[in-house]
Amino acid sequence: METSGGLRRWFEERFDFAPLREFLDHKVVPVHSATPLYYLGGITLFLFFIQECTGLLLLLYYRPTPDEAFESVKYISTRVPFGWLIRSIHSWSANLMVFTAFLHMFSTYFLRAYRKPRELTWMTGVVLLGLVLCFGFSGYLLPWNTLAFFATKVGTEVAGSMPGIGHYLLLVLRGGEEVTGATLTRFFAFHVAILPAALLLFLGLHLLLIQQLGMSMPLKVERELEQRGEKPRVLRFFPNFFLRELMAWYAGLAVLGVLAALYPWDLGTRADPFASAPAGIRPEWYFLAQFQTLKMIPGSVLGLNGELLGVFAFSAAGLFWFVVPLLDRPSRESRYSIVFPAIGVFAVAYLVTFSILGYVK
Amino acid sequence: MCARAASQVPGNPEERAGNGGSRNGPPSPERRRLATALLGTGLISTIVSFFYPVARYLIPVMQEESMTAVTAAKISDLKLNSGRIFKFGSRPGLLVRTSGGTWKAFLAVCPHLNCTVQYRSETQQIWCACHNGTFDLNGQVISGPPPKPLEEFEVNVRGDEVIVSRSRRA
Repeated sequence: METSGGLRRWFEERFDFAPLREFLDHKVVPVHSATPLYYLGGITLFLFFIQECTGLLLLLYYRPTPDEAFESVKYISTRVPFGWLIRSIHSWSANLMVFTAFLHMFSTYFLRAYRKPRELTWMTGVVLLGLVLCFGFSGYLLPWNTLAFFATKVGTEVAGSMPGIGHYLLLVLRGGEEVTGATLTRFFAFHVAILPAALLLFLGLHLLLIQQLGMSMPLKVERELEQRGEKPRVLRFFPNFFLRELMAWYAGLAVLGVLAALYPWDLGTRADPFASAPAGIRPEWYFLAQFQTLKMIPGSVLGLNGELLGVFAFSAAGLFWFVVPLLDRPSRESRYSIVFPAIGVFAVAYLVTFSILGYVK
Repeated sequence: MCARAASQVPGNPEERAGNGGSRNGPPSPERRRLATALLGTGLISTIVSFFYPVARYLIPVMQEESMTAVTAAKISDLKLNSGRIFKFGSRPGLLVRTSGGTWKAFLAVCPHLNCTVQYRSETQQIWCACHNGTFDLNGQVISGPPPKPLEEFEVNVRGDEVIVSRSRRA
């Protein structure tokens, strides 16, 4: 029987670990007042791992057809030992992942971490957030309940109202003109195969860029250090920062466990394509702001279709957010400007206000 | 130089010069352009031949719906000032019996974002719960974001049955 030292030697004779060890020995994390914000990306990644694990477990019982989807989720929640917990963790973790991804994005935005040379890291991050939202949207339909059915109708109709490719997109998403079993099959395929593949690709790129460029310093801290002619204080990534990150993951796991156990995710009522939308219908919290906006825009604005105008505004805002590192010239030149932080504050204020309005109205 | 090399080893095809360049020397710009064009065309054709079937595959096969008329309900099913959803092919329809006893039927799909509308007896209006759009009993928009009226169906009563068909006006 081999000892652990012998086993290590056995592997080292077959794979050269020296570059990895060298990399870990030299990888450091800057220490400043905003250092705790660095944990947010890691926590999001951790929640994604949980999604992968619980999702694989749910796949063992879930059946993606209109006749069986709702019943199979009900079976998981009521008959399968700990099925309710696995499903509840999957749903809560999904919501927490969206929440931490938003926090990570806004912390990155306000620290101007997207500035040169990290533009691509930001862009891959925005794509990742988009994919996470697509995960949420596609997964929401899978239990085939009333809320999910109408949320999918509205969401796919919004995509369908895009000029030019709208109708094609609607047909591709729905698998027909209406939300039917074909939509469920497609959303299942998106959720368990297409989106995970795309997410792993962009996650790989995002992490590779972070490893290559290192952690960004806040603009303000960087300038202060430059003025004083000092070098930044740093913490070794391994094991110091890594162990702290593990503690953050552990805290995240505790929060998730408490939420999943004390507030099991509701299943709702089975979708009936021939029933009216029930009163009080609303989407998941992360789509509430858009939902409320579409509710408030009149049918026609200055002769233009209101719905189309809303979709155009969302698309333009998304595009702006994606290319913001290219537009923020002052940050690129390490100068401070009030414009982009002000835009960020406006974005947060809009999302929070309209989400609250969408929830209470 | 290429021609000389070819004449020096006439029996060796490996070292024989070709048009515009030799195997050892750089190819001429014309040959390079031709090769690039051929390779580029081939590559584009490969990409198109790969993506076109995929793009077509993604669009579902559309089944023409020849639904023209349907029995939506029996007269006894609906009281005065009430409504109910019925199947009109693959889409939901809304049948309303007004307080005056008139029958009205609409495609129950909100023209805003595709939600299924319902009849509210307390307001005697048609309402979409998704974005709070309201319609009158002629399907016209009263308030909210719907950009156009509901599609109205024609209603005929035959014996005890309420028959709904696509309106000739639509």
